Amino acid sequence: MNYTTRWLGAAVAAGALALAAGAAYAQDKEVVFGLQCDRTGATQTVGIFLCPGYHDYISLLNSKGGVEGFKIRVMEIDHEYKVPPAMEAHERFKKEGVVLESLYGTPQTAALTKKLEEDKILGTSPGFGTAAAADGKRYPYVFPIAASYWSQGAAAVAFAKKELGGSLKDKKIAYLFYDNPAGKEPLVILEDLAKSESFELRIFAVPAPGVEMAAQVLDITGRYKPDFIITHLFGRSPSVSIKELKGKGYPLNKVVSFVWGASEADIKAAGGFDVAEGYHTLQFAGVGTDFQVIKDINAMYQAQGKPAPKEQEISVFYNRGLMIAALHVEAVRNAIKAKGGAKPTSVDVKNGMEAIKGFTLGGMVPPMAITPEDHEGGGWVQVWTVKGGKLVKNGEWFQAYRDVIKKHLAAVN
Amino acid sequence: MLHRESGVFKTSYAADMALYPLPIARWTVAAIILLFAVVLPLSLHEYYLSVINLSLIAIVGALGLNILVGYTGQISVGHAAFMSVGAYTAANLAVKLGLPFWVTLPAGGLMAAFIGAIVGIPSLRIKGLYLAIATLAGQLIIEWIINHTPAISGGAQASIQVPRPALWGYEMKTQGQLYFFLLFFAALAILATLNLVRSRIGRAFVAIRDQDIAAEIIGINIFRYKLLSFAISSFYAGVCGVLYTYYFGIANYEAFQIGVSIDYLAMIIIGGLGSVLGSILGAVFVTMLPIVIRLTMEPLAGLFFNAGEMSSVIASTRLVLFGGLIIFFLVVEPEGLNRLWRNIRNYFRVWPFSY
Repeated sequence: MNYTTRWLGAAVAAGALALAAGAAYAQDKEVVFGLQCDRTGATQTVGIFLCPGYHDYISLLNSKGGVEGFKIRVMEIDHEYKVPPAMEAHERFKKEGVVLESLYGTPQTAALTKKLEEDKILGTSPGFGTAAAADGKRYPYVFPIAASYWSQGAAAVAFAKKELGGSLKDKKIAYLFYDNPAGKEPLVILEDLAKSESFELRIFAVPAPGVEMAAQVLDITGRYKPDFIITHLFGRSPSVSIKELKGKGYPLNKVVSFVWGASEADIKAAGGFDVAEGYHTLQFAGVGTDFQVIKDINAMYQAQGKPAPKEQEISVFYNRGLMIAALHVEAVRNAIKAKGGAKPTSVDVKNGMEAIKGFTLGGMVPPMAITPEDHEGGGWVQVWTVKGGKLVKNGEWFQAYRDVIKKHLAAVN
Repeated sequence: MLHRESGVFKTSYAADMALYPLPIARWTVAAIILLFAVVLPLSLHEYYLSVINLSLIAIVGALGLNILVGYTGQISVGHAAFMSVGAYTAANLAVKLGLPFWVTLPAGGLMAAFIGAIVGIPSLRIKGLYLAIATLAGQLIIEWIINHTPAISGGAQASIQVPRPALWGYEMKTQGQLYFFLLFFAALAILATLNLVRSRIGRAFVAIRDQDIAAEIIGINIFRYKLLSFAISSFYAGVCGVLYTYYFGIANYEAFQIGVSIDYLAMIIIGGLGSVLGSILGAVFVTMLPIVIRLTMEPLAGLFFNAGEMSSVIASTRLVLFGGLIIFFLVVEPEGLNRLWRNIRNYFRVWPFSY
């Protein structure tokens, strides 16, 4: 061995040491998030827009120096909307030391509920899972952080009431839903409200895969002739419902859809914004690109010489990704502050999540208050209506019939 | 190499009945048992145990489906529905009556066997693709019934949370503890299947698969054995569903939809129809390959892409590679991984003196 190789070896060793030290330092000042996604499975039409939104928000945050001096690393696992890979993803996240997880999908949320509690890692399930998970005492580590199907059902009734002139007495409301547990979940709330508001409720189930509903729509428009229709559909079926209702001549401004039938993609698949003019949608995150955070993201991409992300085209899902990421970051921010700047554990982050209040991200996120009792944050929604080729905000954030929801939450046990 | 295969020196019925007649095979099996019962749980991180756990559950289900499809030649695309029957039976018994897992598990299996035998009735008259459609109907009917019967499904959410399995007050909830729970039942299932397929019943199944009219002529009661095959296969499926339920802590029919039935069919076709080892290899292949692909791709993709792009690239490439590898293995050996393994073994059996 001559001198050159020896020196080279020493240099390499020193470099490796420096790298290892750097990595160790980076890990001290790094918080890991676990993100479960479906980019290739049954609900990929959501995942391919939602998950990039999540990543973009975290990149923006990291480019501005992170949260309270900590950088965030997102570890994403695509579970293809299958249940066993969701458990694998959770174990992998645990191995990587995540402080929280973003769950995706109702069966996956159900399958992980127990494990999350045992491992003391919180999982957020906006728009998924059981409405009962809003009860933080019963489900300590599951955070819906968005209006549950119960809250959406109550909000849809409140909206119908407003649209029908302030009273639902002797009105007829049709509920068109996907025939699965998620579709049936709001029924208890709707039936309860039908009694207290004295309107007539009739339900129309659409069997899986939900692309054929001519019979149900004909029944609604031809025979039942309701004053208002509430739809709760998934996947391809919302677009079919818009098309069918339009085809039968039902006025779409008397239709309100739950959050998973509410994206630009559904409207485009139904034949475009012209066809769907007047269609109302419930949203748990702001819609469109007219937000400061999206301008910041586009500026970040521009500085790198890249165009704005094309996923913003379906802003309903993209913005939900931003919202989930933003709430995760706020939870971590609260946790770091509570610990005086030290690295938070997953339990600290859970407490931080339960301290989120008054965070609105420039109007994109509802004014929710997450507490140890209420993991839903109040069940806020906003109505956006198809008008003149885009979704237009139709009123401010609102919550409806909280007393009814609370009564049912208490009755779950 | 180490095989001693010359001649038959058996002097007792016990020796003739042995599952593994060769000493080397017995040593290998002993070594595998030692590996899985002692070495792996002590040396592996919990994450890897969780991956093995998922494979163990899949093995039970794949073995059951292989008894029906591989050994008896009856096709079924309703396997996942039988799992949900087992899952809900066990969950209801565990929650409403507070029964322990060693009661609910066989009960779930028996209920699935009963339902499976009913769904299998069309197999007495129809075969092949027609039977596939009949069992598909079974899958959808069972899903619908569970979804619309609150007494079974436990309410609008159609999910029932079950307590963790406990034995003499010892609760199994970490991946390491559940590993032993699942390993026990997977091993039991493998042992039972190995013995079943060389029994009178197993031979009757094979006879029906090869030519059912001939089987009937030599005295096999087609009615009884076809339904028995459905029942046994569904029993395994039911047990598999119960294992899923205890593993996840919840029974939820959305985890047992038609796609899952197709996954299990893929397992036994890739592994090899009509072989126990094939079921195991297929279940492990289909469960682990996507994970292995992702684990290998993560460091590679990290060199070229940032976090956001990487996730998208990995998700798509993984599907392409997974599909490509399935095609590759099936083209190399249409009879599945089991045959591939036997070819390799036979080559090395006489190596290096191949003549």
